Amino acid sequence: MARTAVLGRLTWQVATVAATRMESATARTLVLDVDGWDGHVPGQHVDLRLTAPDGYTAHRSYSISSAPEHGRLEVTVQTVDDGEVSPYLVEVAEPGDQLEVRGPLGGWFVRRPDDPRPALLIGGGSGVAPLMSMVRAATHPTRLVYSTRSPSDALFTAELAALSARDGRIAVTYVYTRSVPPGWPEPPRRLDGDMLARVAWPRDVDSVAYVCGPTGFVETVADLLVDLGHDPANIRTERFGPTGG
Amino acid sequence: MSTTNAGADDMPWVDGNALAGPLGEVFGTDLTMAEITCAGCRTTRPLAAMRVFDRAPGIVTRCPGCEDVVLRIVRTTSRVFVDLRGSLVLSMPAPTT
Repeated sequence: MARTAVLGRLTWQVATVAATRMESATARTLVLDVDGWDGHVPGQHVDLRLTAPDGYTAHRSYSISSAPEHGRLEVTVQTVDDGEVSPYLVEVAEPGDQLEVRGPLGGWFVRRPDDPRPALLIGGGSGVAPLMSMVRAATHPTRLVYSTRSPSDALFTAELAALSARDGRIAVTYVYTRSVPPGWPEPPRRLDGDMLARVAWPRDVDSVAYVCGPTGFVETVADLLVDLGHDPANIRTERFGPTGG
Repeated sequence: MSTTNAGADDMPWVDGNALAGPLGEVFGTDLTMAEITCAGCRTTRPLAAMRVFDRAPGIVTRCPGCEDVVLRIVRTTSRVFVDLRGSLVLSMPAPTT
């Protein structure tokens, strides 16, 4: 038996692109089939590895955006200008292509299905991806606050509308930071304390918050939640830097 | 994670969630739930809350409190080096089985 198997180490597995879906002009979902994939816990990520013909490899972490499923997962990738990996995933990869995947990874930024606490999910930009997995798999009250630059940058909007219409436990609030849809009642704005106070679960409810997005966004929102009286121990964060890729 | 829509004001780091893969590969268990006590400022935080600078020949992890380096990972062609000299204690939830 291979030593890696004895130690139970993580290994790279082959993933085959089964389908792709454009989510915006610059973001795409890849549906990946992986033999023996045993599902994931919403919030987890995978590392994806690409190998060039000359043997050069590059890998990046991407959140899983789909609900847990056997044999299959979805990642939603926002392209990064001059990125090494994301332009391939968003613009080039097509069904039948193979790449390598390692995971599912992470036990901290996860929402376990048996956790009955109501959840507040706050996503900035493509930081909504792991939160989308939590919404898709939600079995308990879930509020999503989604900060996005403009309506055309927003991901998953049709499905979020359908999910919140069908399931009374799910509520979605949008914050537009640069341009708003026609008829929107207020100008572009940033998520601030007043708004968070309106959408957050009351302080006397034992709730949990998940914040994911660019580093500055996550720092700001986590601080606002603490200012509102939320226990830092019940605020889970995941940040991604600017170099992405 | 790296599914990025970067703002120009953001700092070039991600958080310790990104260590799940590189450390899991070596230790065979998820360490993002582990807590590390920084040797610099003696505060204890989940590994997931540390700052990770990962666009370099190695992976450098810093304490968000004092910015001292708590953990470094470097991979050569045949070995993986995990340098923990900036950490005093690493604790994990006890296995339940």
